[in-house]
Amino acid sequence: MLDAILVMSGLALFLGSLLGYASIRFHVQGNALVEKIDAILPQTQCAQCGFPGCRPYAEAIAEGRAEINQCPPGGEANIHKLADLLGVEFKSLNAKHGAEKPKSVAFIDENTCIGCTLCIQACPVDAISGAPKHMHTILSQECTGCELCIEPCPVDCISMVPVAVTVSNWKWKAPSYLQEAG
Amino acid sequence: MESYLLILVSTVFVNNIVLVKILGLCPFMGVSKKLEAAVGMGAATTFVLTLGSGSSYLISKYLLGPDLSYLTTISFIVVIAGIVQFTEIVVKKVSPVLYQVLGIYLPLITTNCAVLGIPLLNLQEKHDFVQSLLFGMGGAVGFSMVLILFAGIRERLEAADVPEPFRGGSIAMVTAGLMSMAFMGFSGLVK
Repeated sequence: MLDAILVMSGLALFLGSLLGYASIRFHVQGNALVEKIDAILPQTQCAQCGFPGCRPYAEAIAEGRAEINQCPPGGEANIHKLADLLGVEFKSLNAKHGAEKPKSVAFIDENTCIGCTLCIQACPVDAISGAPKHMHTILSQECTGCELCIEPCPVDCISMVPVAVTVSNWKWKAPSYLQEAG
Repeated sequence: MESYLLILVSTVFVNNIVLVKILGLCPFMGVSKKLEAAVGMGAATTFVLTLGSGSSYLISKYLLGPDLSYLTTISFIVVIAGIVQFTEIVVKKVSPVLYQVLGIYLPLITTNCAVLGIPLLNLQEKHDFVQSLLFGMGGAVGFSMVLILFAGIRERLEAADVPEPFRGGSIAMVTAGLMSMAFMGFSGLVK
């Protein structure tokens, strides 16, 4: 009995220390540049840049596969930040990917909603709650305003509502010299 | 030398782990929808199985012995899980490309019954170290081969005009049964 306990604990100890050692010895450092670019991007996951989300876009920028001016939600201010980070020339937003809009959130007209769950599947940030055949609603704190839920809705009950500026979410405008520099 | 070759041929074709021994059916049905995924799963399984059967032999021979043989199954599970984790860490560092290809399939192997079945069969058949390694490798190669063949067939089945009630899982099961019968044809190859 004691043998068995000793053997099993020895085995577990050996494998555990082997794994512990391996995880330190073979530690993989994430790509620091990708992290920095990803931190600048607005995390709307709207895919307007042509990539599935902000992270893939950040990876593409880091590898030089994408331009820095493909992110409409981030707007001019973000392009300036990216240009500074990467040491490249500022480019104005590529109109092909959309235009900069005021920050807004999606709103579901609950009288029209038929509970088909299509918008829930489209939402990249799980901001829509609801169940089949029951009306859905949008958690406005979670919504990034990416507009991906508008397209799949079969009854067109989703609309974008601009976020009213209140004391709690008001921010300084980006300095005007940044906009003129382009 | 000849006996080693015999073990390889016999495990790959005659006693194929999936179609004859009916082990490892979950990845066989689950990871065979796409050819690329099947190739990745096959490669990962081959690596882990070869390593796993070698180290399980060493453990049962030198660590457990005849007295503690009732610990065989549980210690094999622990060792295989450890090896899989270790492999994952090393592959992630050494070859990120391979890590991306294998992806989720690497940790999935821990719960693959073929990976536990082969070391246990090794024990039953009283193989020595080299034979155990070959048995593990042969079993894994047979597994990969069948998985890739099956994935190829299933990709074609997607486009085929299958009667409504047979679509999806049912026709896959029928296909697997037919493949199993085809592999019975190898049974006279090695005595």
